Amino acid sequence: MPPIIEMRGITKRFGALTANDGIDFSIEPGEIHALLGENGAGKSTLMKILYGLYQPDSGDVRINGQPVRLTSPAEAIANGIGFVSQHFALVPKFTVAENVVLGHEGSRTLHPTAMSTRVMETAASLRLLIDVNAVVGRLSVGEQQRVEILKALYRDCKVLIMDEPTAVLAPGDIAALFDILRVLQGRGMAVIIITHKLDEVFAISQRVTVLRLGKVVGEVRTQDSTPAALAQMMVGRQTVAVARNSDHRRQDAVKLDVRDLRLTDRRGGLRLRGLSLEVRGGEIVGVAGVAGNGQSELVSVLTGMAAPDSGSVTVGGAPLPFRDPKAVSRLKVARIPEDRLKGVIGDLSVQDNLMLESVEGFTRMGHLDRARIRANAEALIRAFQIKAAPTDLARTLSGGNIQKIILARSLGHAPEVVIAAQPTRGLDIGATEYVHQKLLEQKERGAAILLISEDLEEILLLSDRIVVIYEGRIAGTFAAQDARIDQIGALMTGAHPHA
Amino acid sequence: MMDSILVLIGAMLRIATPILFGAMGETLIERAGVLNLGIEGTMLLAAFNGFVAAQLTGSLWIGLLAGALTGVLLCLLMGGLSVTLGLNQHVSGLGITLLASGIALFAFRILYGGATTPPALADSFQPLNPFPNTILTPVFEQHWLTYAALLSVPLVTWLLNRTTFGLRLRSVGENPEAADTAGINVYRMRYQALILGGALMGIGGAFLSLAQLGAFAHGIINGRGWVAIAVVIFGNWQPNRVLAGALLFSGVQALQLRLQAAGVALPYELLLALPYVLVIAAIALVGRNISVPAALLKPYRREG
Repeated sequence: MPPIIEMRGITKRFGALTANDGIDFSIEPGEIHALLGENGAGKSTLMKILYGLYQPDSGDVRINGQPVRLTSPAEAIANGIGFVSQHFALVPKFTVAENVVLGHEGSRTLHPTAMSTRVMETAASLRLLIDVNAVVGRLSVGEQQRVEILKALYRDCKVLIMDEPTAVLAPGDIAALFDILRVLQGRGMAVIIITHKLDEVFAISQRVTVLRLGKVVGEVRTQDSTPAALAQMMVGRQTVAVARNSDHRRQDAVKLDVRDLRLTDRRGGLRLRGLSLEVRGGEIVGVAGVAGNGQSELVSVLTGMAAPDSGSVTVGGAPLPFRDPKAVSRLKVARIPEDRLKGVIGDLSVQDNLMLESVEGFTRMGHLDRARIRANAEALIRAFQIKAAPTDLARTLSGGNIQKIILARSLGHAPEVVIAAQPTRGLDIGATEYVHQKLLEQKERGAAILLISEDLEEILLLSDRIVVIYEGRIAGTFAAQDARIDQIGALMTGAHPHA
Repeated sequence: MMDSILVLIGAMLRIATPILFGAMGETLIERAGVLNLGIEGTMLLAAFNGFVAAQLTGSLWIGLLAGALTGVLLCLLMGGLSVTLGLNQHVSGLGITLLASGIALFAFRILYGGATTPPALADSFQPLNPFPNTILTPVFEQHWLTYAALLSVPLVTWLLNRTTFGLRLRSVGENPEAADTAGINVYRMRYQALILGGALMGIGGAFLSLAQLGAFAHGIINGRGWVAIAVVIFGNWQPNRVLAGALLFSGVQALQLRLQAAGVALPYELLLALPYVLVIAAIALVGRNISVPAALLKPYRREG
């Protein structure tokens, strides 16, 4: 059978970043095709191009052999392409029926009963169970996803793209979703599922295309492959670079002890499901995992931004109060935030940013002590080699120098515990090297360091111990010397090791 | 007693007319996700342009058209700033109110110099009187525009709830991403809401200079645009409840005017403040509005 969709040589750049680099992709009717890759591999970009949300810089798209230019979602829809995003594109205040017909009402005036009936018929024909008159905002996440699927089908789609469809679902809903997808497949529909979970690839797909760093690294029939082989393709490395942290002997007392954290997010999703870990003084523990498995929530709890539903955290034996950032810094817990632009105030000077976390230390009778603020800044600028004057505005600095401000502020005052979240994301090699050096210095000093990173290479370079986070809990622990990338990759993607 | 109640109702409907036009226009615009604080200046310039056009051409209908067009143009400017350029809606709206008020007063100076008595039209819209010489006269002796304003409420309700246009308009005010992925042009929808709403606001302003007063004066709008915004909030963005808010304000306004005329022994400042205080109290009592359009104040940009 000829492919219903064929994408050839798709390249898409965002500034200096090449998100898609000459990608070829195709899918046939009646096929479920998994698009597999780590975060940032370019999966979503490729599918947004297919849905007309982005325009490729080069390459072409063919539908049933005919070249098409998809410049908007409306055109993609007209060409039979449906897209179910991770973030549902639903209007919470509208009913299911209203959401489904939106954009395809079919007449100038609305006839609520006829509308409901039509939507109900479409749902029934696909054995989708849903109350079409319910207000969408009151539905569960799984039901909302069904509304999204229904929307695509109502528009007569022949190709359904699902962006990480199971990320938000409970296990029972996942099974139900797969049943629906199989019904669609049985009717000759082509389904693309974007995922980074290997178990799903094997549960539902017939073919899989693996992307890494914007390129296709493999396209195979699912049944001809193994989870280990796919994990290997996905993370891409077999051998580990020279370890920067080679001395794993030190064994101080436990400084950071995290016990059984559970956290439910505002939408009612379980983000942390009994997460426990400990970090000793003089030790770097790397948390490996695909984004969205609870890392951000863990960091929020440890830095005093969020309170878990249950569980405890102690720092050097003292309980860490939740949702109290000031108390966190009093316990000498330093944080390197995930998004460095949120770690500084762009319109404040370098010297002001450098004293932000300890303003009390720089005041005299309620007035800022400018001389002391400047002296502090000059000392830190020297110690951390920040290329800026104390009075420069933080937003005028490069990413590397902004990160140095954050490092200087958090590491400059001898912390006991360091929470480093994606500390080198987006930095160039030199700046990355610098950050690594600083973290190693803190380890030498005897600080306990928790390194959360999506960059597996970084974790392997720096950690004394590696824990893998998956779906809100620690799925496995490795000592640095016997860490095996295929095992870590398998755990990160939810497959069991040696499976 | 009955007589004075009917007179009061008549006054209430008359006072409510410009507010209702403004509030229906604002409702449409806000339901599409744009807060138009330009309404006060828009109504003032529309009142002025309508007046000048009527005087120059001798046609009230051309005057009304000029008022509506003024509303449309200023709302298009609002769209340019807040929809196309994605600027802050508060700042854009207040800027338009300042600009439009400034233009109106400046042009007034040029055209009418230092006139001490407000310039008046030789001939203005006259009230209809379907029940002459009956007890109902004070209630129904109203300008046709007052009837139109009342009629606009079910019309806007129907438009929002029973037409494809309305469904799409609400969708861009609630979740523009969803509308966009459904193939709806978010910008075009918002502009359409602004054009329609702007025309209603303009007619509201022109009603004052062409019908109720038949003249133009600086203070002709006197906060009615702000009141319109308040009653939209009071009405929870639902036309029927917005109507209730407009009538509540106007009713109390009519009442306090009667009390002033009757010489009640209360400081008149207190009476003047009464309708405003009441609307504030009512909004506070109605409580947190859960149905504020979710995308209100948010410029839409496609990510990436």
